[in-house]
Amino acid sequence: MSEMSHGHEPLPGLAHHFDSYDQQRESATLGMWAFIVQEVMFFGGLFVTYMVYRREYAAAFAAGSHHLDVKLGAFNTAVLIASSLTMALAVRGAQLGKKKTLIGFLIATILLGSVFLGVKTVEYSHKWHEHHVPGPHFVFESTGVHGEAIDPHNARIFFSLYFAMTGLHALHMVVGIGILLWLIWQASRNRFTPNNYNYVEGTGLYWHFVDIVWIFLFPLLYLIGRH
Amino acid sequence: MSGHVSPVRTYVLIFLALLVGTALTVWAAFQNLGPLNNVVMLTIAVVKASLVVMYFMHVRYSSRLSTMTVLTGIFFLLILFSLTLADYATRGWDFTAGR
Repeated sequence: MSEMSHGHEPLPGLAHHFDSYDQQRESATLGMWAFIVQEVMFFGGLFVTYMVYRREYAAAFAAGSHHLDVKLGAFNTAVLIASSLTMALAVRGAQLGKKKTLIGFLIATILLGSVFLGVKTVEYSHKWHEHHVPGPHFVFESTGVHGEAIDPHNARIFFSLYFAMTGLHALHMVVGIGILLWLIWQASRNRFTPNNYNYVEGTGLYWHFVDIVWIFLFPLLYLIGRH
Repeated sequence: MSGHVSPVRTYVLIFLALLVGTALTVWAAFQNLGPLNNVVMLTIAVVKASLVVMYFMHVRYSSRLSTMTVLTGIFFLLILFSLTLADYATRGWDFTAGR
């Protein structure tokens, strides 16, 4: 920031290659969306795999889904939605230059994210004890929703996708919590202003995206063949 | 200078709408709607995701360029699903000449 750009006095928090705060913010938002679109395709590969195998092994997928806990899944969905609300309110705090509001809601977001991961750990632990983790100890002896025989190999595909999709989702949340902790540190050092809160906005976009992934994962994994 | 600032009320209303959507999707899953179960489930999920994108992710107030970027992502996701489905959903079809 020592150099002057285009003959202007340097402005605090404005990188020299941008003409204005608005242009800088627009660039940051666009860049974050480009990343998120890439993430959409990344998760999209798993969702398309789910679609192909569920079409093929519909009964095994429904039988596998019955072994997931709807109450815990629904509870976690509500927790994650609440964390998106606190994240949005944190961004709003940054926009208004309210440091305490920003940090308070960032902490709330981390807490809610941790509750989600805690519940996920409990669920994974249940699956482990039930031998539903794909691998040499995998066992699946249930019949289908309508009493039909289920090939354990096909149920194993459901659980493989369950762990791959929720695992990748949980990994994104762990990374997100790490970034939120960094934001709190930066916010405590007065790094963000109503002119430049781009890191907060970008993290918000990421966090909401992870929420959207779960909005699709919850019904597709927990709620099939329930009626 | 700080972009569009939504009122707190908007965020709380979207949050409540998302909770209602979650309750609705759980309730619908236990009703026997036949093949419509999947349609209802996915419709609710798409509506919920749209609310998050438009309000929490500020796309409603963002530039055309950002909006186009979001739509590009959705467009390519639909290509991924539709072309894959075009293969798997038609595997059983008989393409023998003269039928």
